[in-house]
Amino acid sequence: MSLEVLAVDDSRTMRDMLRLTLNDAGFTSHLAEDGQHGLEVLAEIAPDVIITDINMPRLDGFGFIDAVRAQDSYRTLPILVLTTESSAELKARARDAGATGWIVKPFDPEKLVRALQIVAG
Amino acid sequence: MSDPMQEIRASFFVECEELLEGLNDGLQAMDDGDRDAETINVCFRAVHSIKGGAGAFGLDQLVAFAHVFETAMDAVRDGKLEVTPEILALFFQCGDLLYDLVRLARDDQELEEDRLAPVVEQLEALVETEEEAEEAVDFKPMTLSLDLPGLAPLDAGDGEGDGAAGDEARGENAGEGDGTGPFEITFTPLPDLYTSGNEPLFLLRALAALGTAQTRCSWDTTPPLAEYSSATSLLTWQITLETDSDEAAIREVFDFVDGLCTLTITRGAGAPDPSGSAPKPDMANDEPAPPASGPGSTPPPPAPVPDTPPAATAGAAPLASPVPAAPEPEASAPKPEPKPAPAPAPKSAAPAPKPAAQPKAEAKPAAANATVRVDLDRIDRLVNLVGELVINQAMLAQSVAAADLGGNGAIASGLDEFQQLTRDIQDSVMMIRAQPVKSLFQRMGRIVRESASGVGKSVRLTTEGEATEIDKTVIERLSDPLTHMIRNAVDHGLEDADTRVAAGKPAQGNVTLTASHRSGRVVIEISDDGGGINRKRVQEKAEEKGLIPPDQALSDSEIDNLLFLPGFSTASEISILSGRGVGMDVVKTAIATLGGRITIASEPGAGTTFSISLPLTLAVLDGMVVRVGSETLVVPLSAISETLSLRAGDNRAIGPHTQVVQVRETFVPLIDLGTELGYSTPRQNYEGAIVLLIAQEDGSRAALVVDAIEDQRQVVIKGLEESYGHVPGVAAATILGDGQIALILDPSDLLANASGLSRATPKLAEIA
Repeated sequence: MSLEVLAVDDSRTMRDMLRLTLNDAGFTSHLAEDGQHGLEVLAEIAPDVIITDINMPRLDGFGFIDAVRAQDSYRTLPILVLTTESSAELKARARDAGATGWIVKPFDPEKLVRALQIVAG
Repeated sequence: MSDPMQEIRASFFVECEELLEGLNDGLQAMDDGDRDAETINVCFRAVHSIKGGAGAFGLDQLVAFAHVFETAMDAVRDGKLEVTPEILALFFQCGDLLYDLVRLARDDQELEEDRLAPVVEQLEALVETEEEAEEAVDFKPMTLSLDLPGLAPLDAGDGEGDGAAGDEARGENAGEGDGTGPFEITFTPLPDLYTSGNEPLFLLRALAALGTAQTRCSWDTTPPLAEYSSATSLLTWQITLETDSDEAAIREVFDFVDGLCTLTITRGAGAPDPSGSAPKPDMANDEPAPPASGPGSTPPPPAPVPDTPPAATAGAAPLASPVPAAPEPEASAPKPEPKPAPAPAPKSAAPAPKPAAQPKAEAKPAAANATVRVDLDRIDRLVNLVGELVINQAMLAQSVAAADLGGNGAIASGLDEFQQLTRDIQDSVMMIRAQPVKSLFQRMGRIVRESASGVGKSVRLTTEGEATEIDKTVIERLSDPLTHMIRNAVDHGLEDADTRVAAGKPAQGNVTLTASHRSGRVVIEISDDGGGINRKRVQEKAEEKGLIPPDQALSDSEIDNLLFLPGFSTASEISILSGRGVGMDVVKTAIATLGGRITIASEPGAGTTFSISLPLTLAVLDGMVVRVGSETLVVPLSAISETLSLRAGDNRAIGPHTQVVQVRETFVPLIDLGTELGYSTPRQNYEGAIVLLIAQEDGSRAALVVDAIEDQRQVVIKGLEESYGHVPGVAAATILGDGQIALILDPSDLLANASGLSRATPKLAEIA
């Protein structure tokens, strides 16, 4: 099914790749440059799933997830964290912050799509 | 460039340049004493983003180096590593290497490992102690369910974490019954699974996508209604999966819920049922079965599941219920909803409050940076077209004048407007090509660091006016001359630390690079606070090399300018920096081909400043159109300080070939353009002659005699060098309004090469 995805990453390259991957999979992509921007975009759309980077200016991924989860309607919205780190510690932090799952950068497009399906149908 | 990945790759390298710039800025700020967390963060993120992007394109060397660099920077960020000048110097060096790696990676090349290895070693040494601590954390187990007998524990951290769980530890779980039959999977979500945003339905569906799945739901643990708590998770699914995929693929499905569920995976039909009480499959199904609904009674047969995703239609479907209410076997029975969270929020596919009024098209995030990246070729084409437009406009104006239509008000004002518009368009187009000199200056920072360490000096680069914009081509072509001058400043300009301290200066030398706009040109200055030019030594050297006759009385400025003579080098020993064969003469030529001029100012004991004055663009110039003999020439307006008409007695002869003109209180050498260029024979009488007074950067002046001034206008520069090579005194050519080709003069070059006349120029200027 076609998902509506909000992808948040401060790297233009990563945003380009996410857009390409998501659009190729037939999903609708919305892109934001950092957590703050992500929240602004979120105020305008209702995504099925969010993908977010961790290290970002202004508002980082953890702060962004907190802010999303603080909204009643998004308490259980699937959120995938994009990370270059694969350590258990980081995953634990991501989960503590309220993430649903994680994608390790550089991501394999197929895997990303699979992950989205696992969390959002 | 039609391949989207290629486009993204190209855009990645553009982004890298920006990130490297940010990194450099950040390091510079830290070098200036800034210890703000965000400054360090910016540096970290820059390296981090480069690593992320590089990984996507398989640039392994870049990834590996960025990773080590990032790790060290992370230690700084976390306060585990204190920033010392040594560490900063190392970081700067890493930034330089990263720059090289990015450059090479763009051309599908790699850096020699022996250039990286020592730096990597130093970086790793920095974080060694920290890394040990990190490892300990890595092995810390997460949420485990060891207390549940029969269920194998799940390890939380998979070191690779690429989603495909291939851990040995996990492999052991599947040890028993490792046949080739179907997989038996038992999956019991823990309450936290639901709050994390995960959804069993999607997991089961993803599992079913791997092959043929028979899914049963067990509700044996469901308590009587009175004991039911909404925050507990009660359901267990048992899946028999026939698939060609391996266990890792199954594990991958459950990767995100690792630690949030109990999971066993065994292979072979005879595998023991961990829960021991689950009903045997009596109904094959591709989809997960519905949850139980009867409290504590005999299990009803599993019901078939519809194909449509339930949540999409049932907006209020309970969180933990993977299927819609419709096919529930006992619809009337009070249903224990195993919903852990009190929130009424429905899940996943249909987040409740979609702001319906918001049209999707408008919801696209606005780009924070309103920029467009355009291929340079397209801009150049635009620049050329505008050039043609300027010529065309000039031709039209000329035709109108020739047809004597100038008196027609409508035509005249229309033409004026056209001219104004053409100029505005031209200015705007030129602005597209303009870039701040910042990137160039940043590269010079590296040159300073490298050359300083090469000669064992401590040198700091200060930059000013980094935002000053100049044509992209000019910036590119300035790189080599500037590099050479910076090296010179570090190598020759600055004294060694002991000498400096003895002279009462700080031990650390300073090189300053400034850029500014000055009357329609860009001036770049390279100054050092060194000992100044050793003029005695310079003169001796020039005499030794036979560049000047011995014991000549030369002014300071004349001595300084000897540095620009071909073959001059003041370095008694050729150091690693001042490369052989490349002298200031090459620098001067390079600057001149950019339409620029270079001058020196030096004060003994205080330092030396080189000033480069450059045109804003290489594409057009404001010129004065003059006639000499039967030829039409263009003289750059920027070179002309004033125009005069000579009266009798204004000029006088000095020697047989040299004439000077008295301009107010001073005498200026006179150069007859017609004679100089071979267009006409020398005049007998200069009375009434038109003179263009040329002011040079070094303050000297000269008077160019022309026959007539025809016009003053902007001309499009058409290079000659590619077709003709360098012609002394001629900078380029242009096409005039009537289609005629006119040469654009290079006054400085012309005067420098003037036959016997200009050699006296500086001295005459002095006398005056």
